[in-house]
Formats: sequence, structure tokens, C-alpha cells
Amino acid sequence: MKKLSARRRHPLAAVVVLLLALAATGGLYAAFAPAGKAQADETAQSLAIDEGKKLYSVGCASCHGSGGQGTTDGPSLVGVGSAAVDFQVGTGRMPAQQPGAQVPKKKVIYTQAEIDQLAAYVASLGAGPITPTESQVDPAGADVAKGGDLFRNNCAQCHNFTGKGGALTEGKYAPNLEGVSPKHIYEAMQTGPQSMPSFPDSTMPEQEKKDIIAYIETVNGDESESPGGLALGGLGPVSEGLFGWIFGLGGLIAIAVWVAAHTAKAKKS
Amino acid sequence: MSTATETQRKAPAGERVADWADGRLGIYGLAKANMRKIFPDHWSFMLGEICLYSFIIIILTGVYLTLFFNPSMNEVVYHGSYEPMNGIRMSAAYASTLDISFDVRGGLLVRQIHHWAAIIFLAGMFVHMFRVFFTGAYRKPREINWLFGFLLFVLGMFTGFTGYSLPDDLLSGTGVRFTQGAILSMPIVGTYISMFLFGGEFPGTDIISRFYSIHILLLPGIMLGLVVGHLILVFFHKHTQFAGPGKTNKNVVGMPLLPVYMAKAGGFFFLVFGFIAILSAVATINPIWALGPYRPDQVSTGAQPDWYMGFAEGFVRVMPGWEINLWGHTLVLGVLIPLVLFGVVLGALALYPFIESWITGDKREHHILDRPRNAPTRTGLGVAWVTIYFVMLIGGGNDIWATHFHLSLNAISWFVRIAFFVGPVLAFVVTRRICLGLQRRDKEKVLHGRESGTIKRLPHGEFVEIHEPLSPGQLHTLTAHEQYKPVEIGPTVDENGVERKPSALQKLRARLSKSYYGEDNQIAKPTAEEYKEITSGHGHH
Repeated sequence: MKKLSARRRHPLAAVVVLLLALAATGGLYAAFAPAGKAQADETAQSLAIDEGKKLYSVGCASCHGSGGQGTTDGPSLVGVGSAAVDFQVGTGRMPAQQPGAQVPKKKVIYTQAEIDQLAAYVASLGAGPITPTESQVDPAGADVAKGGDLFRNNCAQCHNFTGKGGALTEGKYAPNLEGVSPKHIYEAMQTGPQSMPSFPDSTMPEQEKKDIIAYIETVNGDESESPGGLALGGLGPVSEGLFGWIFGLGGLIAIAVWVAAHTAKAKKS
Repeated sequence: MSTATETQRKAPAGERVADWADGRLGIYGLAKANMRKIFPDHWSFMLGEICLYSFIIIILTGVYLTLFFNPSMNEVVYHGSYEPMNGIRMSAAYASTLDISFDVRGGLLVRQIHHWAAIIFLAGMFVHMFRVFFTGAYRKPREINWLFGFLLFVLGMFTGFTGYSLPDDLLSGTGVRFTQGAILSMPIVGTYISMFLFGGEFPGTDIISRFYSIHILLLPGIMLGLVVGHLILVFFHKHTQFAGPGKTNKNVVGMPLLPVYMAKAGGFFFLVFGFIAILSAVATINPIWALGPYRPDQVSTGAQPDWYMGFAEGFVRVMPGWEINLWGHTLVLGVLIPLVLFGVVLGALALYPFIESWITGDKREHHILDRPRNAPTRTGLGVAWVTIYFVMLIGGGNDIWATHFHLSLNAISWFVRIAFFVGPVLAFVVTRRICLGLQRRDKEKVLHGRESGTIKRLPHGEFVEIHEPLSPGQLHTLTAHEQYKPVEIGPTVDENGVERKPSALQKLRARLSKSYYGEDNQIAKPTAEEYKEITSGHGHH
């Protein structure tokens, strides 16, 4: 108290008092005024956008431009939406390691909170697909058989019958869908990353996306069953042929060599 | 006393049965003539057995599958036990294959045995055929049997293809569509054949039932006949053998059919059956439930045929999509040329024995096998053929190569295109060089003995390796092969001074013969004189 009273005639004392008073009234108002929830969210949102912008400037701007307008090294992000950011950064594809035929999936370096901030910033650049909620992507109760039919109609051309992946031209490829989270599958369909076409809700409603996710989980998930034994990669006749030659015929030739080596021999006395 | 007379009066039951059968079938004479039939022993002579046994396994399991398979393209809605297909529209053929896989007792195992055995049957025939090729076992009198074997391989390919198509799943349907495309590419007749085969436009409603009778009746029936013919000829010609002491062109050294080979072959059958059953219990083949029913509007990546059709797939995949449009007709060279090459590549294999015998002009019988090194040009040609075949298999699986080796699909296609021309030439040259090198080594071994690995230091400090002389048996084995002289065109001017013009064919034959047996194209084997001179001590270094 002695310190305080000693400085009460300081030239800035009045300013400090004024600031304190303002802060107190502002604080009290904030505490007691009937603040709308949206308003609070907006604050959080703008905070997230600010944080996201900072992250963006460090990690993304060198290719996508300081305002997301795109450069020769990276496309414009205006209008790609938060779903695209959540997919690209959430699967480790972005930030890209090097230019190439296709940006591969790799270790994720941002936390989900940071990804959300980045997504918020990019979404603020222009309207686009929004990151789906958990209930939107939950495959529980979806129609697996219908999902399979949809998958064969729309996805199998590139991703193979059960989503094991396949080759595209010039080193590009459709990746294996094993272990991809429902949210990321949903976002990929929604936004069409890299070579993939997009399947917006207008052409493929939310329920159909869920059906497809359920099908992938059933045939290419962690708990997928393989009724016939080893699946040999699920790649079809090429891997089967290789297995048949090496283990099938190879094994039988080994047996033949063994049988031929154990022949009836005249006893040497 | 009384027992002895009783046995004299009444023979044991087994003997009486044998006697009864002999009186009606004459088995005693047959058995007497054939029981002591001799077969030589070598593991590579059992490759054909692998084929025979897998063929029998295929027939046995195939019969079981026909009991439950419904070869119909009628549309049904599936409500079986495989949940991810519940409520899906599909053909009755596909639905019954799902039922075989999930609801028929032992169905999935039998299906997998059937399919794995088919994969192994074809692979076995391939290896068996090249054992015969590289050892020259197709030479007189076995040319017809070579053709029988060749036909079995080709018919096996088509039996396999039709069987692969029967479940009417998305993968096999794509294969049928591919085949229809190849048929359509044939000029003039293509569209007609396609319409006849499918009973109208693709896919129609007939193809599965038609393939069914082809797969279970027509082709296996012909194959069974050919197999029997093949075996009768093997029996009749007697088996070939590798050169060795005591083995001549006129004898067969080995073990008798009964009891040794009966026991060995019977045991080997069960080993093959058991092994394929284990394989089928462990590894999935053609999981049709994961593929979905065939619909012409759907397709998947990674759509390949089984391996034996893979080289045809390769031809089509790497062929540039050339087309000629003339007078309102399209000639699809991008498919027609692969189709022609498919026939040419296989046909070359069928005709080779006849081409070789024309070049050598050799009309004698051959029962002693060549070692591949002693026929460098033939071996080189064989390896060149195999190179084309496997290069095309890479082409057929180019997408799998691309994804699993992180390569560009286009780069693989270009590699295969170039390798189709360069690969066989390179393989031929390298193989022939290796063969000639091995011939030189054999010559060296005959003349200077085997390197013993023992190093001796001479009094003046020089180190020499001691060479052990070979046994007479080994010497015989290494020098038993005969070496042809290249055929000559003969004098072009006869004794009266009249010029004779050799035909182009004669010239070609002389040139080919020279490339087979010319001075630089085989190493003259050591003569007895050379051997004597060196071993007498005078010529030794």
C-alpha cells in the first residue's frame, strides 16, 4: 500500500485509474450483459482465423500466396472450404514435402486444434465445403450393400474393388483406403483432392457417402474379414499368379526334388 | 495232409478274382508286358506329373462345384449370408457362386482348390513344356506329343478363361468384355462371331450358360482325350533320359513301373493334392464376394486375367491405340495387332520342333536329352521367347507394378514396348554366350580335370592348383552329346560345268544351319586324341 500511495501523484496515475475504471465497467458489462452466443462464437471464430492466419503465413504462404490467392507453386485456396484443409493437412499431405506427380500422405505435423484454425482461416477466404461433424460421417446404421454398389459405380475404377488403390497416369495414383478415417473419406468425396473428382451433396447425398464409408470399413477396415484366408493384398489375379508360381508350383517342385532324391536304390554292400 | 490237398484244389480268393478278370480283360498279358516298364529318375521328369495330378484334382473339385453352381444369367436379388451383398441385384450364376462360397459345406475350400489347382496346372505345363524344350525332348519321335502338350496348354488357357468367367463377377465380366473387344477387332468376321457367341449384343443372357458347357464339357473333354493320348505316347516312345554311363539311345535306365513308380507316382499324387489343399486353405483366390456382380456400366482398376492370359493382356495394354478408318469401317490396330501377336507367339512355340528338324535335316530318333548348354542357339531362342512372355506379363500387370514400385504407368508401358523388341535379342545373345562359356568349361574340365581347390607350392615358388582327373563316367557324360556340322548348299557348278542356282529356301537353310552349328556357334568338344595327348603328360602345363 505504501508503494501505491507513494505513486498517487505520478503524472500517469490518472490514466491508469481511467483504464482500470474502463476495464472494470467493460468487464462488468461483459459479465452481466445478455451476450448472444453467436457473438461469443464469432469472437472465438475470429480468434481462430487470426491464429490460423499466423500458421498459414508460416506453413502455407510460400506456395499458396500470402492471402491464399495461389502462386505458380500452389493453387488458390479461395473457396476450397474448411473440409479441404482438414483433409489435406489432417492426412499429412499438406504442407507438401516436394513437388511431384502427386502429394503423398505422410505424418501429420499439426494438432487437430491447429488444423481447425488453419481451416477457419482458409474458409474465411471464400465459401466452400465445411468440415463435416462426427454424426455426419458416422457409418453406423448405413446400408453396406448399397455402399458397395455405389463404390463400384463411382470409386472402384481408380481405387480397386475394395479400395486397395490403383495406378493413374504419369506416376499419379489412387491411394489405398485402408485405415483412412471416415471423416477424411467424407471430406475427400466432398472436396475431390488432387486427381480425384468431387462428389458434392448435390450429386451424392450425405446418406450415400455414409453408405460408401460403411462399405469401405467393412471390406477394407481394420476388422475386415477375409473368409478365404490370406488376402494376398486384395489385388486380384496378378498377386494370385505370383503366389501360385512361387509358393504353389515352387512348393510342388521342391516336393518333386525331394521325391526324386529318395529313390529306391540298390543296396551297396 | 488234407490241408495241402485242399489248397491245391481251391486257390485263394484274390487269385480267383484275378483269374476271373484275366479271362475277360486279358490283364495278365498287359501287366506282364508293362509292369516292368522302366522309367528314368530325375526331378524334372516329374513336372508333367504335377500337371497330370492337378488336372485330376481340377476335375474332381469341378464335379463338386457343378452340383451347386447355377449357370444362369437370370436376375435375382441376393439374400444369402454374405451381408455386404444383401439386397443387391445379380445374376443367378453370381448368387450361386456366393452360396458355394458361404453356404455350401466345404464350398469355399473346394472352389479355392479348383482355382489354385488351375493356376498351378497352367504354370506346371509352362515349366514342363520348357523342360522339354530346353532338353530337346521334342525331337523325333516326339514331335506329335509336343503338339499334344502344346494343345493342352492352349486349351488349358481357354478352359481357365471360361471358368474364370463363370461366376459372372465384376472382374470376370470385364475380362469377357475385353475378349469381346478382341473378337470385334477382327476384320469382317469379328462382328458376326461376337453376335453368334453372345446371342446378340453384349452381354446378352446366354454367354454364361454357353461358357458353362464349353468349360465343363467341350474343352475338358478334348483335354482329357489329349492327356490320355499324351500318356500313351510317353509310354509308347519310352521316356527320354540324360546322357550318362550305361545310358544309350536304345535303352532306358531307371526303375520299373511296378512297384517303384506306381508307389512313387501314387504317393506323389497325394502329396500334390495335399499341398494344393493346404495352399487353398491358407490363401484366398478370386474372392468373388469382394468383386461384386457384373454390370456393364461398372469397372474396377486392377482388372487382370489369371496369369496365363496375362501376356495377352500385356500386348493390348502397351499397344498404341492405332486405328485406320476406311470406307466407313474401322480397323482397330490397337487390338488387332495384339490379337495377331498372341497367335504368332504361341504358334512359334508349336512349330519350333519342325523348324529345327528342317534346319538340321536330322531324321534319326533321339532318346538322349541335350543339356541346354550344348544347344546354344536353341537355348537362346527359348530364353528369348520366355523373355517376350514375361516382359508382356509385366505389361499386363503394369498398374500393379506402378503402385507397388512407385513408378509411372506410362514409363512402364514404354519400357515394355522397347523391351519387346530389345529384350529377346539381348536375352538370346547373352544366353548363347553363357552356353558357349559353359561348353568351354566342360571342355576344360574334360581335358584338365576338376579344380580340386588344393593349392600346391612348387619348389621354385610358383603356386598351382591341383586338378583332379574326372572319372570315366563323368568324362562320358560331358562328351556324350553329338555336334552337328552346318549343312552346305553343295557345289553350285556340277561336273559338267552347268551352273545350278540354289533356291532361296536352300540358302536360308544353310545360313540358319550355320548360325546353329557354325564354327563360332558351338565349341568343338574334346576329341579322344586331344584327351590322350594331354593326359599322357606331354601337353600338361
